Amino acid sequence: MKIAFASGKGGTGKTTFAVNMAYLLSLSGYRVKFLDLDVEEPDGHLFLNPQIESVVPVKVFIPLFEMEKCTFCKKCVQTCAFHALFMLGKEMLFFQELCHSCKLCLRICEKGAVKEGEREVGVVRIGKTDSSIIFVEGRLKVGEARPMPVIDAAKSHSGDGDIQIIDAPPGTSCPFVRSVYDSDFVVLVTEPTPFGLHDLEKCVYFLKSIKKPFGLVVNKEKGEFPRLEEYVLQNEIPVLGRMPEDLRIAKVLSEGKILLRELPEYRARFEEIFKRLKRMIHGRN
Amino acid sequence: MEGIREVVFLSGKGGVGKTSILGGIYSLMDGEKGVVDCDVDAANLFLILGCKVKEEKPFYGSKKAEIRKDKCQECGLCKDVCEFGAINELFVVDPIICEGCGSCFVFCPHSAVSFIEERAGTIYIGETKKGDLFLYAELFPGEESSGKLVQTLREEARRRAKERGLSLILMDGSPGIGCPVISSVAGVDLVVALCEPQTSSVHDLLRLLELTEHFRIRTALLINKSDVNPSLSARLKKIAEEKGLPLLGEIPYDPLIIEAQREGKTIVEYSRDSVCSKALERVYERFSMILEELR
Repeated sequence: MKIAFASGKGGTGKTTFAVNMAYLLSLSGYRVKFLDLDVEEPDGHLFLNPQIESVVPVKVFIPLFEMEKCTFCKKCVQTCAFHALFMLGKEMLFFQELCHSCKLCLRICEKGAVKEGEREVGVVRIGKTDSSIIFVEGRLKVGEARPMPVIDAAKSHSGDGDIQIIDAPPGTSCPFVRSVYDSDFVVLVTEPTPFGLHDLEKCVYFLKSIKKPFGLVVNKEKGEFPRLEEYVLQNEIPVLGRMPEDLRIAKVLSEGKILLRELPEYRARFEEIFKRLKRMIHGRN
Repeated sequence: MEGIREVVFLSGKGGVGKTSILGGIYSLMDGEKGVVDCDVDAANLFLILGCKVKEEKPFYGSKKAEIRKDKCQECGLCKDVCEFGAINELFVVDPIICEGCGSCFVFCPHSAVSFIEERAGTIYIGETKKGDLFLYAELFPGEESSGKLVQTLREEARRRAKERGLSLILMDGSPGIGCPVISSVAGVDLVVALCEPQTSSVHDLLRLLELTEHFRIRTALLINKSDVNPSLSARLKKIAEEKGLPLLGEIPYDPLIIEAQREGKTIVEYSRDSVCSKALERVYERFSMILEELR
């Protein structure tokens, strides 16, 4: 079972819920795997403190040009949809940050002037926590623009564990999509503010369009924000749980600690969230 | 003629307060300027600055492949050349997996693949409540090309700012350090790096600072919710000192920020006397000084 935690807006509590859910389930006897797919800013490790056992580099294809074989037909330049190639006189310029590693240039060159090269764009770190959670994290190299290959590499380490908890990146574009796409269930974490609601709407729109089952957790509740409640009702969004705004939580999180360990009174809420989402997953199967 | 200075607010980690703090500083500023929301995934600045949209422009992202059933001979060549595994056994391209490289289109021997630019979002051009030039964009959910959209948005903003004779553009950025962030820092004059005294925010800030160092972009630090964890705030100040980054100031936690947001206002509009607004006045002083230096 793969459960992804996502939000649209950043900082609503994805990592908090993912980490604490992983922690709770590991205590309940499940074999849990925590998969951090927020590869631009992976933070799960700060709370779970895993022992890292291996660090696997993520490499992507880049073309290498053997200019003595090149006949300057420019087919590679013309067909590159990402404009990563540019021919300046008799010199080939390659803009690696634009390249998607599709290998079209390699395949289209009839003269064999393009060879396979590779470069590292990030790493996957694999380890274990003291509560036996299997920990897998994708980590994009700073300066790299495309998180996708690192997300894919981290995902390909799936397999172990009864339950996989995925910490997805913020936003609603491709990295978010890639992270939740093959999960069984998505937990959307929102906060009752106009910003939270606006970004939630985009996530919901997308998840509905791909018919992905999801539920909502409302975090940092304080005061009234009827617009969120109206939206939830109108769109029949199942609410899995709620958490109040609590400065003690903020303090615990600021120190990189596990909420349920420090404030066990919140444990029942997480148990309830899990019970509800399990019911939803099985209800559909 | 003077050039246009561009300043972008970033944080690495999301939810640190980029939009709210930028909104507050904006309210304190005199003089006409441009504002751009570069967080095209989750554009929120218009919710507090207001936006009278005067013009909408469609944004076209990458091309997407589609296999025409009537022409497809199911030879399978397209699948062999697709590095992304976007074509399934029924010869249907999954638009969510497809990155738009066009390999299937180029190699299909039966010309069964169409490869067309698809609309991926909208650019909105208008004015804030205060009447300043304001641009933001909405990328359709699930789309790629957020970097290209940020780039397009910034080009559009610079053009309009020039027409209006503006000398400053304030920009709100996305969380993370990937493609939209790289597009929003390219060539800017100043990055305001916002951080909270929180283990994960500090971790993410350090990655952001590595990025701005990598691109050699002048960066100033601003600490939000500084009183939540004073010892980590002290560490942040030390980071600024060690890296030689100017510290714009410290803003204490202020619950009124949420109330202001719910009213569709910046914190300064909502309550000029709030803890946050008072702190922002001091931040603004230092911010103006740094802006002067950028001239």
